[in-house]
Amino acid sequence: MGKYNMHVLVCGGTGCHASESETLLQNLKTEVLEHGLENEVQVIVTGCFGFCEKGPIVKIMPDNTFYTEVTPDDARVIVEEHLIKGRKVNRLLYTHPETKETVADSKHMDFYKKQLRIALRNCGFIDPENIEEYIARDGYEALARSLNELTPEQVIEIIKKSGLRGRGGGGFPTGLKWEITRKSVSDIKYVVCNADEGDPGAFMDRSILEGDPHSVIEAMAICGYCIGSSIGLVYIRAEYPLAIERLKTAIAQARDYGLLGEDIFGSGFNFDIELRYGAGAFVCGEETALIHSMEGLRGEPTVKPPFPSVSGYFGQPTNVNNVETLANVPPIINQGPEWFSTIGNEKSKGTKVFALAGKINNVGLIEVPMGTTLREVIYEIGEGIKDGKKFKAVQTGGPSGGCLTEKHLDTPIDYENLIASGSMMGSGGMIVMDEDDCMVSVAKFYLEFTVEESCGKCTPCRVGNKRLHEILDKITQGNGTREDLDRLRNLSHVIKDTALCGLGQTSPNPVLSTLDNFWDEFVEHVVDKKCRSGQCKALLQYVIVPENCVGCTACARNCPVNAISGERKEIHLIDQSICIKCGVCMEKCKFNAVLVK
Amino acid sequence: MATITLPASKLDQLKDVCKSFNNDKKELINVLHKAQGIFGYLPAEVQEIIARELNISVAHVYGVVSFYSFFTMLPKGEHPISICLGTACYVRGAEKVIDEFKKHLQIKVGETTADGKFSLSCLRCVGACGLAPVVLVGEKVYGRVAPDGVKKILEEYT
Repeated sequence: MGKYNMHVLVCGGTGCHASESETLLQNLKTEVLEHGLENEVQVIVTGCFGFCEKGPIVKIMPDNTFYTEVTPDDARVIVEEHLIKGRKVNRLLYTHPETKETVADSKHMDFYKKQLRIALRNCGFIDPENIEEYIARDGYEALARSLNELTPEQVIEIIKKSGLRGRGGGGFPTGLKWEITRKSVSDIKYVVCNADEGDPGAFMDRSILEGDPHSVIEAMAICGYCIGSSIGLVYIRAEYPLAIERLKTAIAQARDYGLLGEDIFGSGFNFDIELRYGAGAFVCGEETALIHSMEGLRGEPTVKPPFPSVSGYFGQPTNVNNVETLANVPPIINQGPEWFSTIGNEKSKGTKVFALAGKINNVGLIEVPMGTTLREVIYEIGEGIKDGKKFKAVQTGGPSGGCLTEKHLDTPIDYENLIASGSMMGSGGMIVMDEDDCMVSVAKFYLEFTVEESCGKCTPCRVGNKRLHEILDKITQGNGTREDLDRLRNLSHVIKDTALCGLGQTSPNPVLSTLDNFWDEFVEHVVDKKCRSGQCKALLQYVIVPENCVGCTACARNCPVNAISGERKEIHLIDQSICIKCGVCMEKCKFNAVLVK
Repeated sequence: MATITLPASKLDQLKDVCKSFNNDKKELINVLHKAQGIFGYLPAEVQEIIARELNISVAHVYGVVSFYSFFTMLPKGEHPISICLGTACYVRGAEKVIDEFKKHLQIKVGETTADGKFSLSCLRCVGACGLAPVVLVGEKVYGRVAPDGVKKILEEYT
């Protein structure tokens, strides 16, 4: 690596990529060349900075200047003003939404202040396509130490002591899983990285793979050493082309450097990694389904036990870990289990990455210590609800999780607390909803997802979820009854108790948690036939406000079904039995005389 | 059974793909990925050939194709439009965007326009939640799409 005075880091994450960060990168490179700075300034593309709301992001090191919403045309001004004259470009700096002050150094931004980045330590910091940058950040040191100084048992002991638990949703202790797989007797064993991130609204794993692929490769090799396996497989979604590309590049580089292949670090240990592609099935995130999919079959789950640690890929012991879990492994070995276990709270150690999205000011990827409260995440890091609206709920755990409300805001986030509140950690999607969101519709949205993604193998999930969806649909259409609410609850419990795999057992969670937390809203839908957020179209009523109506006939003339009666200069009336709720009358009225109730 | 006749050169390409995976039935999903790359979709004829090459039943191939949403048995339009229906996009109004596309193109989700120009589908999360709601036309990503922006997007391709 050459020595440069300044580094320009351009975010190449999916969000920024979609906002022309590639063109921006090229423009910056061209400008640097044109100004003869190529020996002093290095322009690189990095993984996700996390601050997706204001992308594309450009960061200048070493002064840590953080530019937001940079367009390709801004390349020139950054080079001429900042790099040559040393003046920061004010208009591109982040502006605090309340104080309106600009913040130049990302360390002082509320978004980053509360964060602690372990799994994301290199995202937005190094060039993911250059192995040397990873090595310069202590990369592959944990693997070298493990192979040369520690026995597999000692490494497993370190992971166990750190308290690391699976970040994919289940929260199973990682060290214990490794130990069980180690103890399974077989000539062939497999290390599988689960990168089938299917939760809608979650993009943690993809960001790690795009921003720091080597950390996952290193951890898989360490795991291979521990359990006695020489074959690693990454099961990744075909919908993630950029992550696949970066991972392939990283694997090739690791092979070139002798960090994958035979006799790694002269220890006699062999390990290599292959990719396996998913094809868009949510259930394949479940480990037994994932394994079937890798075998070229339909991705249907099977009953556990036997667990994959005993009998997995083609009947051999298989250790399946999620991307984020693996990314935590090298720092734990480098910095010691004691360090890791001081972060977080009693039962949940370390940090968790969340994809913060929905009606929140700062959409993005964040990593916080376990035990941080939802309030801190939403109001401090996320800087509150969009457009000054009122917070209503936050959904965690994706289609398997639930909605949490105002009363849960001060609950520390960890595996146990989230389950006790009727939701779950899941893989880390966190969707914020405001007063305009109808919770019955949200529950219906998730069930629609589950119905689509149910593999159909077991009846409770295949049929039960369909019935749940039908009842919810009936309620949003204004045809629900009180009994339907009881039916929803009973059926939910039956599905939870009888479904075969994790998908089915958790699929009613969005229904149960909304029933528990937003009971009034459900009752309003079925008894008063009202939707307070106005999302359920069938429950809306367009009415004419007599005081404002001047009798211009505009509404009546434009009504496609002739539901409006009234003579010229007289107050008009909408016949609710004919009205199709198209909203044309409201659009056409110039006197604000049409109202939705 | 299959009525579509496919060009011979592409069929040879398909057989080569199977061969490159040693005609191994464990590689079925990888073969299907490549096959969809060649043909754009997986019609019955293609599935039959794959079944023969890998020495498995057509039912097995069909079972896998129909299981995974990434595989399609219908040809897509020249400009495939995919609307993200991840939760982040959903709460930021993706449904209204879908309705607008349906209205303009006069097709339902999963269909292709009569002239073969556009096809409409939904997908779950492209991971650009900061830009919600997100629409993809081919590989191009459009962020923060409002219903009244739909017409402009379509005009780019007509």
